[in-house]
Amino acid sequence: MTYVFQFGEVFRYWHWLQEGVAVTLTFAIVAMILSVVVGTFGALARRSRHRALQVASRIYVEIIRNTPFLVQLFILFFGLPAVGIRLGANLAALTGLVLYNGAFATEIIRSGIQAVHRSQIEAGLSIGMSRAQVFIYVVIRPALEKVYPALSSQFVLLMLATSVISAIGVDELTSFAGHIQTTNFRSIEVYVVCICIYLILTLILRSGTRALGAWLFAYRRRSKLAHLR
Amino acid sequence: MGIRYFTFNDVLYLLDATKWTLLLSVIAFAGGGIVGALITLARISRIRALRWFAMSYVEVLQGTPLLMQLFLWFFLLTLFVPVKLPATLVAAMALTLNASSFVTEIWRGSIEAIPRTQWEAAASIGMSRFEQIKHIIAPQAVRIALAPTVGLLVIVIKGTSLTALIGFVELTRAGQLVSGVTFEPLRTFSFVAAIYLCLCWPLSAVSQRIERRLHVGRTPERGA
Repeated sequence: MTYVFQFGEVFRYWHWLQEGVAVTLTFAIVAMILSVVVGTFGALARRSRHRALQVASRIYVEIIRNTPFLVQLFILFFGLPAVGIRLGANLAALTGLVLYNGAFATEIIRSGIQAVHRSQIEAGLSIGMSRAQVFIYVVIRPALEKVYPALSSQFVLLMLATSVISAIGVDELTSFAGHIQTTNFRSIEVYVVCICIYLILTLILRSGTRALGAWLFAYRRRSKLAHLR
Repeated sequence: MGIRYFTFNDVLYLLDATKWTLLLSVIAFAGGGIVGALITLARISRIRALRWFAMSYVEVLQGTPLLMQLFLWFFLLTLFVPVKLPATLVAAMALTLNASSFVTEIWRGSIEAIPRTQWEAAASIGMSRFEQIKHIIAPQAVRIALAPTVGLLVIVIKGTSLTALIGFVELTRAGQLVSGVTFEPLRTFSFVAAIYLCLCWPLSAVSQRIERRLHVGRTPERGA
């Protein structure tokens, strides 16, 4: 049997692929930002003095991390309307991504907060910073900086996980691959091209987050107190 | 068959489908272990081409979505293999290769965590490269790799759910079928999620326990 590869047929739908990439990246970026917020609150709840908050955070993380993302999406998209909560496909997908990634972000940020030594908090309070200032400048900011590499790789994993939201009908890259394939029947070519696109996105996001990190944390190197670290 | 209620029979059906999830997970984990071991050896090889191959292998499998890999294998195998392959085989193959990339990353990390001096000491008493790995490096690396390897099992089990999207009837696909006839998606998928939780939570807990236990004496706050 001979099979003639016709990649040209795929590139005729280049505008679909472009749109798919745009939607994939939008979901990934928005979900990442929101899940860092969720993760920060999750981590704080885990370290709070209230036992109920600790337990709630723990249960959230364990349930999300020990069930497949696809099943979580199905519950949000097909299950919730049964109790009167009707999220559209886009909103269900975003909620799912944020909840899913938020659990991993919680664990990552928790480890960052744990790494902040008690004596630093005491030092902050003793030089007259308010509790809020200590929290922002001594706890959260250094914690996020410390776990920035882990959050970056989580970002790539999140971008790859967005392919699953095609299952509930969100038109992102994986969906468009399906659309093209049902239009021109060049399934292998379509999926080869899309896999390459995902790989390129991964590489771009990796170097992009590295550059962003260097820019965000540049003040550490500029700081006159750098030698004290 | 019209609309009917979610009954005990559906529970049995879902539990029955769980065995396919388990079977697929075991195949992918075992296969991933074997393939991953070979790729790990290539990754730490002294031959540059082998190292380069192993690196790109991992890069491609970890830099692309598992769902896309499943689709591609599905179409490749149906088109280029003249006999009709069962969906199980396609799913098992895609998951095995994906798992092997994780295995390689974990084991490479564990081997690199062993101090360079261990290799040198082994070499200096005249061990061959193979003997160094077998007697000195591997026994130490296994201890480090154990916890993340158990954790990988959770990733593999969760990954099998994606095979539902290429039509393989495992737990998630069974959930779709049941919710299709009962029109009770919330109850069905909650039950499906609960089954996954029962499979994965103990494994996560074991992984965390191993991690804690093997680090006793190494962490300053406990050892000092």
